[in-house]
Amino acid sequence: MATMEQETKVPAAASGTVVSAGNVSRRYGEGETAVDALRGVSLDVARGDLTAVMGPSGSGKSTLMHILAGLDRPTEGEVSIDGTNIAKLGDTELTKLRRKHIGFIFQFFNLLPMLTAEENVVLPLELAGRKLDKAWVEEVIGKVDLLDRRTHRPSELSGGQQQRVAIARALISKPTVMFADEPTGNLDSHTSGEILELMRESVDAYGQTTVMVTHDARAAAIADRVLFLADGLIVKELGRCSPHDVLEAMEEVSRL
Amino acid sequence: MIRVALRGLAGRKLRAVLTALAIILGVAMMSGTYVLTDTIDKAFSQIFDESYAGTDVVVSGAGPDISFQGMTSQAPPVDASVVEEVQAVPGVAAAAGSVADETNTKIIGEDGKAINTQGAPSFGFGIDFSPEAERFNPLNLVAGTWPSGSGEVVIDAGTADKEGFEVGDTVEVSTLEPKQPFEISGIARFGEVDSLGTATFAVFDIPTAQTLLHREGQVDAVSVGAEDGVTPQQLISDIQPVLPEGAQVRSAEAEAQDDKDEISEFTSFIEYFLLAFAGIALFVGAFVIFNTLSITVAQRTREFATLRTIGASRRQILRSVITEALAIGIIASLIGLFAGLGLAIGLNRLFEALELELPQADTVFATRTIVVSLLVGVVVTLIAGLFPAIRATRVPPIAAAREGAELPKSRLAPFAPYIALGVIVVAGFLLAYAMFRDELGTGDRLLSIAGGVILLFTGVAMISSKLVKPIAAVVGWPARQIGGAAGKLARGNSIRNPGRTAATAAALMIGIALVTFVAVLANGMKASNREAIEDQIAADYVVTAQDGFSPFVAEAGEAVESAPDAELVTSVRSELGEVDGASNYVTGIDPDAITQAYTFDWKEGSDTVLQDLGSNGAIVSADFAEDENLAVGDMARLLTTSNEVLQIQVKGIYEPPPFYPLLGAVSIPKATFDTIYERPRNQFTFVNVPGGPSDATSAQLAEAVAAFPDAKVQTREQWITQQDEDFNQFLTMLYVLLALSVIVSVFGMINTLVLSVFERTRELGMLRAVGMTRRQVRRMVRHESVITALIGAALGLPLGIFLAALVTRALGEFDIRFSVPVDQLVIFAVIAVIVGLVAAIMPARRAARLNVLRALQYE
Repeated sequence: MATMEQETKVPAAASGTVVSAGNVSRRYGEGETAVDALRGVSLDVARGDLTAVMGPSGSGKSTLMHILAGLDRPTEGEVSIDGTNIAKLGDTELTKLRRKHIGFIFQFFNLLPMLTAEENVVLPLELAGRKLDKAWVEEVIGKVDLLDRRTHRPSELSGGQQQRVAIARALISKPTVMFADEPTGNLDSHTSGEILELMRESVDAYGQTTVMVTHDARAAAIADRVLFLADGLIVKELGRCSPHDVLEAMEEVSRL
Repeated sequence: MIRVALRGLAGRKLRAVLTALAIILGVAMMSGTYVLTDTIDKAFSQIFDESYAGTDVVVSGAGPDISFQGMTSQAPPVDASVVEEVQAVPGVAAAAGSVADETNTKIIGEDGKAINTQGAPSFGFGIDFSPEAERFNPLNLVAGTWPSGSGEVVIDAGTADKEGFEVGDTVEVSTLEPKQPFEISGIARFGEVDSLGTATFAVFDIPTAQTLLHREGQVDAVSVGAEDGVTPQQLISDIQPVLPEGAQVRSAEAEAQDDKDEISEFTSFIEYFLLAFAGIALFVGAFVIFNTLSITVAQRTREFATLRTIGASRRQILRSVITEALAIGIIASLIGLFAGLGLAIGLNRLFEALELELPQADTVFATRTIVVSLLVGVVVTLIAGLFPAIRATRVPPIAAAREGAELPKSRLAPFAPYIALGVIVVAGFLLAYAMFRDELGTGDRLLSIAGGVILLFTGVAMISSKLVKPIAAVVGWPARQIGGAAGKLARGNSIRNPGRTAATAAALMIGIALVTFVAVLANGMKASNREAIEDQIAADYVVTAQDGFSPFVAEAGEAVESAPDAELVTSVRSELGEVDGASNYVTGIDPDAITQAYTFDWKEGSDTVLQDLGSNGAIVSADFAEDENLAVGDMARLLTTSNEVLQIQVKGIYEPPPFYPLLGAVSIPKATFDTIYERPRNQFTFVNVPGGPSDATSAQLAEAVAAFPDAKVQTREQWITQQDEDFNQFLTMLYVLLALSVIVSVFGMINTLVLSVFERTRELGMLRAVGMTRRQVRRMVRHESVITALIGAALGLPLGIFLAALVTRALGEFDIRFSVPVDQLVIFAVIAVIVGLVAAIMPARRAARLNVLRALQYE
């Protein structure tokens, strides 16, 4: 496997691209009932960028994220994560790749109820059998402002606190790229603001490359780059912009 | 609503199948037991009906009816002249005498050893083969001809089959005479019954049988056929006057009924014995069903809430869950019922493997089997399903709108530990009542033990949800060490829902507790047995029958004396007798020699009293003396099975080890014994050799009894080892039968794991997403399973030890040691781990195969 990884390695560091998708298509089902979720999407995610992917339901934005994160495979096209083409990897290699390079934040937090906040945070390291860097654990828990809640279980935490645990869990392994799937989708607007702020901060403070799927205009407004998807294609792209710009672009996209 | 329930069941096929299996096995065991014992009963019925088919009345010796601990005395023979006298009675069409001895005829197998019938009869028959007497012959020839003259024998088809004997072969047979070769003139069977189980028969003509079985001029029975129009009753009253003293006449029907009653006592013992295991399996199955339904009800909280919002009443919800249980119960019981037919064959194979097979006839599938099996299976399932059903009704409609809705806690939940303690206390009372109340009948005693044990298990299971956390902390330690992150998560998973883990573990706990109970008790019994024998026997060698416990031909004991090295040979005779109306074993001992072979623990008297026993002196065991109120100097009336009466005088009282007294309750001088018992037999022959046992003397002694293949020479140590081995064989059977309930609990574990995996789908998706490999997923499920199994072991092992301690105490009068076989308990714990690993195979694979994406989107 090691040799293959080397073979497929492209000079990613040089280009500053950590995840790239080339002409990616994804079809679900077969024959007449087949659905094309993605129809030839190409994109590069640059190191240290916060990219937001927006689009109406059914636009393929979740599918795109799953494929970029190595959870799903494209029907056609190529995806590489940190220079590794994931197409040929088996389940175990892919899992190990995820361990090393990918962090996840979910809409429903997905914490393990029987573990404490801190145990949830360090879980990816334990699964990978990696040594704990105590200072880094302190740093991350401090960053998400949960030093006084570290021994609490998820059921004793608010939604916002749970999502902060999830962010810490994603940051702990210093992933090449962090994916967030509607991170504010299950939170009230005040808490959403806090979470978005935290995500922006972790990009700025640690240079944490992040890809966020959202349909919240405010969320998209913290991104360095906003991609708009419709019917399985990237139809528009914006740089840093205001929620207002995002909403306008959304409307434009929905008229297409 | 009922349609909803049934559709739901159909939609969860795997779960339904696993749940049903829990009850199928128990029901199968039950119906299998009925089928097996009914079939055995029928086979015996056929044998007896066949035996008396052409007979109207039977004349036989009227012995005193002495029976003790399941042994009954054989009636003494009558004079052969009775045959002619009966023939002369008006109304008698035909009469024929026959010889039948139940124990002393041994066919020598291919390996040169007497075929061991394991306590079943080894018949020696003498039959009149003349044409007039043919109607009385219960046997049918399969091949060859009937024997004639002193050199021929007919053997049973089962033995011929097993040993490969054919007509024309020479076979050795030992009787009360040393073994002799006979030519097999034919092979026969009882009517149409193929197999007699372990029993054997050898048939001779009457004069030969009389010689071999020491009945010169005697017959054991005279079969009489009436002329047309003469009723058996009439015949009986006509024959009665011509009979000599000590002979009786009864209708063939009554004789057959007596025989059948005796046998059905035996088969009903087997029946209850096996039904007990069926009951255990069903009880474990009830736990599994209770747990599975509880989990599914909890998982379907949303569904029930939705049904409530669209107008379902609590009663309808209740009915829907009960219907589900009912459907499982009915289907499972039906499958179990028919599976029992197969299991009956399996059980018979088990008995066969242990050389305990019983006669077989065509399979009997009685209505009672169908009704009882179905009823019990369905009722057990319904009872187990009742609590989950009630829980389901407590789901409020609002739960439909909530994310992650949970089943509301039972109203009784806060009191659960107290209820559990209450149940355990009641169980304790029942057990104590059963064990320490002397005047209780066996049936009541067993009932309250069973009730107590069931309540004890239930109570411990109820309270065990409180014990899951601390136990998991201990037994989960290896998982954390070996399994890393996956092991740690497994431990966490196992304590997430303590009630569920507890109920799953409790099912296994029952099996492990019972196995432990058996092992501990058996270990104590073996220790007591060894001690009892070592305390009593001082001799170097013990000669016994092949099976170690039946009496054997007295001549064999005398034959030992021919061995040059035999310094001291002393035989112990043994037969049933009645002393002042109380039945027990009576033994005949050599007053001069016995103390060199047997150590008396005198309570009153000493070894010297043996010297002045005279002809009617007796020594009595302390227990018997106390029960019968006998003191030294007292006279008592001894009635023998040969219908002789002797006034005996108590000369000494000794205390044999209560676990295994080797001598009878009353011992009299052997010379006297031989005058008041016909054809006396030995229980033991003790032998001392100069310088203790050696291979050379062993060979010499074996050579000396070679003509009596039923006699087996062993050193004291060999004899004890032999008994341990026989006992182990019995234990193996118990373990096999208990394995059934362990298997049921495995299904329960699989079920719980599958349901837990299903419930944690999204969580598994997340774990996979953040870097858990499939291997780690499998490991996590496996460790959870092993932890659950070990919790079962951690509960079951002490519970089993406790029960064994209790029973040991209750059986205090038999002086059973209490000794815990640590090595075996370690093995049981290892088996628990294996059970956990096996149960996890399928759920772990399912968990590992989950599609990450779908799992993440799963709600």
